Amino acid sequence: MSDQTPIFEARGLRVAIEGKEILRGVNLTIERGQVHALMGRNGSGKSTLAYVALGHPSYEVLGGQVFYNGQDVTELDTDERARLGMFLAFQYPMAIPGVTVSKFMHSALKARAEGGNVQLREFREKLTSAMDLLGVDKSFTGRYVNEGFSGGEKKRLEILQMFMLEPSFSILDETDSGLDIDALKTVAEGVNATRSDERSHLVITHYQRLLNYIAPDVVHVMMDGKIVRTGGPELAHQLEEKGYEWLEDELLQPAGA
Amino acid sequence: MSSRPDDLDINDEYKYGFHDPEQAVYKAEKGLTEEVVRNMSAMKDEPEWMLEFRLKALATFHAKPMPKWGSTELLNSIDFEEIYYYLKPTEQQGETWDDVPEYIKNTFEKLGIPEAERKFLAGVSAQYESEVVYHSLQKEIEKQGVIFLDMDAGLREHEDLVRKYFASVIPAEDNKFSALNSAVWSGGSFVYIPPGVEVTMPLQAYFRINAENMGQFERTLIIADEGSRVHYIEGCTAPTYVKDSLHSAVVEIIALPGAQLRYTTIQNWSKNVYNLVTKRANAYENALVEWVDGNLGSKLTMKYPCVNLLGEGAHGEILSVAFANEGQHQDAGAKIHHVAPRTTSRITSKSISKAGGRSSYRGMIKVEPGAVDSKVHVECDALLMGDSSRSDTYPTMEIAEEQVQVEHEARVSKVGDEQLFYLMSRGLTEEEALVMVVNGFIEPFVKELPMEYAVELNRLIQLEMEGSVG
Repeated sequence: MSDQTPIFEARGLRVAIEGKEILRGVNLTIERGQVHALMGRNGSGKSTLAYVALGHPSYEVLGGQVFYNGQDVTELDTDERARLGMFLAFQYPMAIPGVTVSKFMHSALKARAEGGNVQLREFREKLTSAMDLLGVDKSFTGRYVNEGFSGGEKKRLEILQMFMLEPSFSILDETDSGLDIDALKTVAEGVNATRSDERSHLVITHYQRLLNYIAPDVVHVMMDGKIVRTGGPELAHQLEEKGYEWLEDELLQPAGA
Repeated sequence: MSSRPDDLDINDEYKYGFHDPEQAVYKAEKGLTEEVVRNMSAMKDEPEWMLEFRLKALATFHAKPMPKWGSTELLNSIDFEEIYYYLKPTEQQGETWDDVPEYIKNTFEKLGIPEAERKFLAGVSAQYESEVVYHSLQKEIEKQGVIFLDMDAGLREHEDLVRKYFASVIPAEDNKFSALNSAVWSGGSFVYIPPGVEVTMPLQAYFRINAENMGQFERTLIIADEGSRVHYIEGCTAPTYVKDSLHSAVVEIIALPGAQLRYTTIQNWSKNVYNLVTKRANAYENALVEWVDGNLGSKLTMKYPCVNLLGEGAHGEILSVAFANEGQHQDAGAKIHHVAPRTTSRITSKSISKAGGRSSYRGMIKVEPGAVDSKVHVECDALLMGDSSRSDTYPTMEIAEEQVQVEHEARVSKVGDEQLFYLMSRGLTEEEALVMVVNGFIEPFVKELPMEYAVELNRLIQLEMEGSVG
């Protein structure tokens, strides 16, 4: 497979939950090494796209396909997609009582390692350096996953996982929501540190704010279950300045008017 | 929607379900008669008072009705005439590892007990069929004056101590199954820790049920004298048989003033076993008694470890885990009886119900008048997997003293789709994700176990979870 193959692609994706159609024909292509931002109001379908990309069992795909690295993954289970190299940083990460961050991380790495073996010493060194980089306290590793974590701690743990698992394609679902500016910077630093020719990101956000720290290559805007506009970084600024109403009004204009 | 464990065929064969051809030297007739009891007592060459005790208990057993609670349907299906009440596998007890018969060593091997652990079992009394086969005491422990024998030897060698304490905590007439055990008991452990002695290494006993339809009625008596400390560990794994098997043990503990005693059990009976156990401790002034009790397997388990807090400042603690898989009922719980002032207790009960399994917490807290400034804390956590699994809580509180502090918390949770999705999005398979959630749930229990038991329990949980995802 040549490197020209997009890392991620949604083709005519139509998705429903509990019988209600949320995505109504989404087309989205993300090239290798790029950071794309997906913006839009609450309820426009952004998080649904993130969940469906990872194969959440509650969502029903009515039509269309999801491709990862040229492979049709629409029918694959969540864990299979994850092991291929897809990752989702959750907006609301789940608590796993009784399971330490260290054990959780080790298990996740083992799940994707060939032969299921991860040397404990290498693992510890990698975890320690990742935590240093993200300014995460050492006590983190002994705490139970997301149990009693503050909003900021939860998001840091998501980024820490993204670091450790080294996915080729990461979706960050409103990772900036509920964060103060320091936490936001940490998250942004984490993303920027993992930017490379081999790794791509889809950053889902409500606001321009995060994009001040993570400069996207491409910006998409979603409305009512469809991607309605795609542009460069300037699109995010326009939205920030003029609001979503501006785009809605533009879209209402008849073509060519 | 991906499939959940309950709508799938569970093929998890019982992993330790092998069995040796029976090599018993003596096997009593099936069924329970005065003659069986007399024969048994005569073969053991017991003193007259023990025979009297057995016969009286037998009459009590016949006179007492079945309990009218728990799982009455399963209880009433026990056919007492179809059970062998006594079996003596080898003429003599092994004193060293070399003396232990080969086929029994094979059994340990099949259980996957590693070489190092087998050696560690050198301080162990392993009950095989209904007689203790292997028993060897650590030299240092002996020097400390600690007695760690099987119950029959205890009676022979320390009759005065046994006579003083035997059935002093659990009288034969306590319930139908304690009466049964009192009539036909065989094997179990007898432990005595002298005043002020601290036993640093846990005393371990391994149990096995082997003969088909073989009743196991072990009897354990532990006396921790003033200011002593000990940790006693009992672990069970049993082979699978077609016919139902009855296990009805009695465990009595006496913790004299200032003594600290922990009794740890992990039981993993095969799925046809009725496990009906009476466990109780008397804790005197400033004594500490802890029951750490893990229940997997069996068809029906009814077990409610109890602590009587008889002396001022005594503390009782009961920490338990029950895992009810398909076709199983774990009716487990705890009892605390606050009799003396300033006594404290804590109950932590964790239950897991999977694939239609049923677990019940049955608790009894009793505070007597005059037990002033006593404190009780009860915490019940249930985890459900699958829509047809069931969990019930039956807490009873009889508080006859006003000046006490009582807390009770109960929680029921389900393994949620979102939790599984989160774990699977990190690359764990659905089964790995389920095992992780369950192991996390019982972590507060597991961390109280010695390392090798923690490892074994995690392995058993993994076996229970195997095949739960299709």
